[in-house]
Amino acid sequence: MKLMTANQTAIDNDGSPPETGQVLALANDVDPCELALDGVTRIELNFPKFTDGRAFSQAFLLRRRLGFAGELRATGDVLIDQLLQLKRSGFDSAVLRADQNPDFAQRQLERYPAFYQGDVGSSAPRFAATRSSEVQA
Amino acid sequence: MYQYTEFDRQFVHQRAAQFRDQLERNLAGTLGDDEFRPLRLQNGWYIQRYAPMLRISVPYGELASRQLRVLARIARDYDRPDAALLKTAQATQDELGNPRAPKLRYGYGHFSTRQNVQFNWIPLVKSADVMDLLASVDMHGIQTSGNCVRNIASDALAGIAVDEIADPRPFCEIVRQWSTLHPEFAFLPRKFKISINGAREDRAAIAWYDVGLQLVRAADGALGFQVRVGGGMGRTPTISPVVREFLPWNQILNYLEAVIRVYNRYGRRDNAWKARIKILVKAEGQRYIDQVEQEYRQIIEHDGAAHTITQAEFDRVNACFAAPQRHLEQRDTDAKVEDILRAATQGDAEFARWLQRNVQPHKNPDLRAVTLSFKRLGFAPGDATADQLDAAAELAERFSAGEARVTHEQNLLLPWVRHEQLPELWRAARALGLAKPNIGLLTDMISCPGGDFCSLANARSIPIAHAIAERYQDLDELHDLGEIDLHISGCINSCGHHHSGHIGILGVDKDGREWYQVSLGGADGSTLSGAAQPGKIVGPSFSAAEIPDVVEALLDTYRSLRQPGETFIASLRRLGAEPFKQAANGARHVADALAA
Repeated sequence: MKLMTANQTAIDNDGSPPETGQVLALANDVDPCELALDGVTRIELNFPKFTDGRAFSQAFLLRRRLGFAGELRATGDVLIDQLLQLKRSGFDSAVLRADQNPDFAQRQLERYPAFYQGDVGSSAPRFAATRSSEVQA
Repeated sequence: MYQYTEFDRQFVHQRAAQFRDQLERNLAGTLGDDEFRPLRLQNGWYIQRYAPMLRISVPYGELASRQLRVLARIARDYDRPDAALLKTAQATQDELGNPRAPKLRYGYGHFSTRQNVQFNWIPLVKSADVMDLLASVDMHGIQTSGNCVRNIASDALAGIAVDEIADPRPFCEIVRQWSTLHPEFAFLPRKFKISINGAREDRAAIAWYDVGLQLVRAADGALGFQVRVGGGMGRTPTISPVVREFLPWNQILNYLEAVIRVYNRYGRRDNAWKARIKILVKAEGQRYIDQVEQEYRQIIEHDGAAHTITQAEFDRVNACFAAPQRHLEQRDTDAKVEDILRAATQGDAEFARWLQRNVQPHKNPDLRAVTLSFKRLGFAPGDATADQLDAAAELAERFSAGEARVTHEQNLLLPWVRHEQLPELWRAARALGLAKPNIGLLTDMISCPGGDFCSLANARSIPIAHAIAERYQDLDELHDLGEIDLHISGCINSCGHHHSGHIGILGVDKDGREWYQVSLGGADGSTLSGAAQPGKIVGPSFSAAEIPDVVEALLDTYRSLRQPGETFIASLRRLGAEPFKQAANGARHVADALAA
């Protein structure tokens, strides 16, 4: 997962060549299923507060329901303790809130080797996945 | 009971390690209190009036003896305020008035109405140690608080009830696992509670839940759920509507995903009092149901129905709940008869009463379900000291295949007791003070911890519970009054389920003093209570001193107007609230009323 600080994105936006393709910033109350996504390379989903979980459902819908394959970026009140959830919901980049320490971030992502329920990365829940791996073994 | 796999075990240890990391960062100042708050809440750690409160998850109430012993150890070693804190806390409580209120206690666990266990005095710096200790016996506090899917509640007689359609526990466990650390649903608009009932009688108050699931059989015998969504207590007591009459059992996770996704997207987030799913369901009505059905179809038809429960997974989980073998060494009949006779002579009517009140029938005719009463004078309802928790572990081991269950009514139930061991169990329980034959009666009241501990409470619950219990200690009188649900909450958050009490008592705050609203005729949905409904408020609130008199006036009215064999709630339904209201209002203390 690509992590940025608010400063880094400012530098990217100023210094790097303009991105080809279209960037879409979605408000939390937008229904992703009503969007035209042709040509969109990046969608930014906002967390007005880190406790506002609407963007997790938007991300799920964009990935699983609409098959969006571009970049999904979390913006706003993004903290390292929610990175794991972001990743599992289909985000692949996040702009951390300015006070966040990216040095602590990686270990939050590596805490659990597996989960019970399916997610955007692996759709099958553990019980379904276990069965197939046991069959293989 | 569910048997943890190696994966399950590792998972709770990893969770404990994650919490330790969060706690350490918080104590080091690199994780702010505001950012730490939802993280600790989702591990069961509240910051309360004087100290943190830990709510430990007891999935659908089931506890093994080894787990009870660890709870005892936590009570003994960790549930301890330092002397200065206790002194300050007691002084602050004393300022609330009511010199007869019991003093603050520590060193005990508290059984909650949602079948969990709570502690009130563990210092936050020791919280990670407690989580490690819990993980060592397959326990945790995952999602016992916070705006996420909470611990799943069920019928304390699940798997043993004579009126059972199907055992709800495998489904409780499968839903528990699915909801554990669900990436999409950790920051819902508000808390989200699910209850699952598998019997004909609703003993799990399902209509009061965000989601209430009732196991049903279709005409062709297929097993499924009737699904209710949008119930809840709080400021807006709401009985949930049925949104689906039949959902095949293996679709429950897919359907819950739809129910919760629609809520996560559209539930209100601007006002915490309007953020529960009941408000969304009320506001949107059929549109909400249509949205859920549409989302469910998409999950099935487009997303691939990934969480359809496989038969293999059901079988794996279900096998954990097979009834334990209860073969005992054969004793000769004479010894058994002697045993029963001895018990009968020693205990007189008390043993008979205990059999009547605390012992329930069982699917297996050789077995009984026995409730240990944690409603006795000198203790808050549902409180168990370290020694009592250890003793309960011992009783569960000796008499109940090592299993006990926390009941919705804040007692412990032993689900696997051989009938010929009843006298022996009764004597052992009586020696511990846990054989009070009051299950289902007035003093078996439900109460939240209230203003003695909770920072949300407007008023104390424990002194009210104590005063009522003190007045009704006579067993003859208690049995004569018969079955009645008395529920006490210290504030409108309704942890003491006052809305569903035949008599409900709610703490309210007026001018910084403790006052109590009384309501009548609430129902949890059981056979005794009738269809789930909130009680109706009697009138202006009462002072703490008036409440025992009000309760007495209500009960005296019932006794004078009842027909033979009629329960309190049946009399109330037949007569209407008016005579009871008059009696309650007549019990006001005139001097107090003038002063107020």
